[in-house]
Amino acid sequence: MSFELETAANPQGLRRVAIDPVSRVEGHGKVTLLLDENNQVHQARLHIVEFRGFEKFIEGRPYWEVPVMVQRLCGICPVSHHLAAAKAFDRVLGATPITASSEAVRRLMHYGQMLQSHALHFFHLSSPDLLFGFSSPVAQRNVVGVVQAHPEVAKKGILLRKFGQEIIRITSGKRVHGTGAVPGGVNKLVTAQERDSLKQDLAQMLEWAMDAVDIAKQLHGQSEALYRQFGSFRSNLMSLVRRDGAMDLYDGVLRVRDANGRVLFDGVDDQKYLDLIEEEVRSWSYMKFPHLRSLGREQGWYRVGPLARVQNCDFIPSPLAEIERKEFVAWGRGELVHATLAYHWARMIEMLHAVEVIAQLLDDPALLSGEMMSHGERQRGGVGIIEAPRGTLIHDYEVGDDDLVTRCNLIVSTTHNNQAMNEAVRAVAKEYISGHEITEGLLNHIEVAIRAYDPCLSCATHALGQMPLDVTLLATDGGVLDRVQKSHGRGLTRHIDSPIGLEA
Amino acid sequence: MSAKPAILVLGWGNLSRGDDALGPLFVAGLQERLADELHQQVEFLEDYQLQVEHALDLDGRRHVLFVDASLDCPAPFLVVPVHAQRDTSYTSHALSPEALMQVFEDLHGHAAPAATLLALRAEVFGLGEPLSALAQGNLQAGLEWGLNWVRQAANSQVA
Repeated sequence: MSFELETAANPQGLRRVAIDPVSRVEGHGKVTLLLDENNQVHQARLHIVEFRGFEKFIEGRPYWEVPVMVQRLCGICPVSHHLAAAKAFDRVLGATPITASSEAVRRLMHYGQMLQSHALHFFHLSSPDLLFGFSSPVAQRNVVGVVQAHPEVAKKGILLRKFGQEIIRITSGKRVHGTGAVPGGVNKLVTAQERDSLKQDLAQMLEWAMDAVDIAKQLHGQSEALYRQFGSFRSNLMSLVRRDGAMDLYDGVLRVRDANGRVLFDGVDDQKYLDLIEEEVRSWSYMKFPHLRSLGREQGWYRVGPLARVQNCDFIPSPLAEIERKEFVAWGRGELVHATLAYHWARMIEMLHAVEVIAQLLDDPALLSGEMMSHGERQRGGVGIIEAPRGTLIHDYEVGDDDLVTRCNLIVSTTHNNQAMNEAVRAVAKEYISGHEITEGLLNHIEVAIRAYDPCLSCATHALGQMPLDVTLLATDGGVLDRVQKSHGRGLTRHIDSPIGLEA
Repeated sequence: MSAKPAILVLGWGNLSRGDDALGPLFVAGLQERLADELHQQVEFLEDYQLQVEHALDLDGRRHVLFVDASLDCPAPFLVVPVHAQRDTSYTSHALSPEALMQVFEDLHGHAAPAATLLALRAEVFGLGEPLSALAQGNLQAGLEWGLNWVRQAANSQVA
């Protein structure tokens, strides 16, 4: 697991290609490729250009506000931040374990979030690439194109997502800016009427989730060589698992496997995550690079998210998803699956699992009645770790005697995958860019690799008029040779007079 | 079960990212100022960003008002009719109103409701930043316009 192509041995005389920002991922990123005159890749990097200030945003606030405030860090997975913060402050209040009813409501909220996020990613962000091909016309390769060509697929995606969001609304109290989870428990339970309204749609959601797994499997079967090879590289895998080794996306202990599938670390207490991992800063990216402390930066980086979780656990504790997990594992022919595109298949297995867990929880009487709050001895700090849709999410806080947050450390899923996404870019660039002319279709191959990780790069801000895609050619002296921008309703426009941002 | 209100006001943005808050603040402000007798004709929705499932929220409406912060419209705001159109708004956090209308028409097989976009001029989007002075003025101007828009839309309902 070396860093081949991260830094060119001799960058003088190379031409730079920048894709900025990466489209159809959350926030803004930039890919730079240093090419020689024969279009051979000499350096490839994924830059994260807007990922700062989260901790400062939180520090100084009263702890009880934080589970609500952190939802504003990310417009895509606010519920994951909400729950990770609530779990951390459970520790601060000494309120562990939380009550059975609180845990049932929080789990329902979390698996609803997992369902809606995975549905959005597969059906609407990735399906254009997967259904039309990576080099298909850009005018077709978008969600509107999917709706037109495959309306039944698109509609399933929308309704699966809507179902997940309805669960979030019911459990958190509001469609957005929910307040359901509070330090020590929850502030509302689910009514029988709300539960029954969700149960009405369960059978349909289960059928569609199974259909989605089938679509992902079919794609792997139809283009097996591509799906095995595209952006593939070996890495360690990290995730939470239940103490008995089962998949658990809400709570558990940390486990790490090496690239051969051997368990390196197991049963690591979430409160001691810093014994396991450390974060490294590199000059060319605002995003840190976490790695396993004992293995160091070159051997200790890892992947998180669906590909890691489905292979890190010993089993999935729901029958239909467990059948699918076994089939996925068998596809690896005795080895771990390291293919980047396999994230999509693993993601759909998790979506199926989420629907099964939701069904189990809706039959749990604790959802409807019982104590909502736990109490204990106040602590100075606490850590909350959850498996968010994109991977392991860590919230770590210290709180003063005045109840104000004095220290905050957040490691979001995309940060864990930072090195891995860079590796994916290099793997794809090396295979698909070298020796070819730079075209939109070829550049999209790189974006396809990044999108497989479903990265949330800046925790979305947006506005009408902002540019979703920016492709730049730079000379070695920093001068802009060419720059292509895509914007809503304007197609492609060329500008060569605007600054590029981070150093390449 | 009661029918959906015929008018939908849908604003989006992040309350903690400076002027990105204009969409949700407009929704909250209009809701507060609207005359009591008009409330039952209007549904107010806010979200972090415009997304595909909002196509379902358009169903059963006669008038839709989309509201967002804009970096490239003239101050204080720009009002434009929205028509279904395929475009390159393929980022997940920035589906355009036009593309959303197209999703609606492809899903339902019939024309989307009449829709208007209110783009409020914005300038700062940093995490934790307050609403800029410029955006505050633009919001007030937009709200005055919005109250008139709702009254006209409601009257056209009755007619």
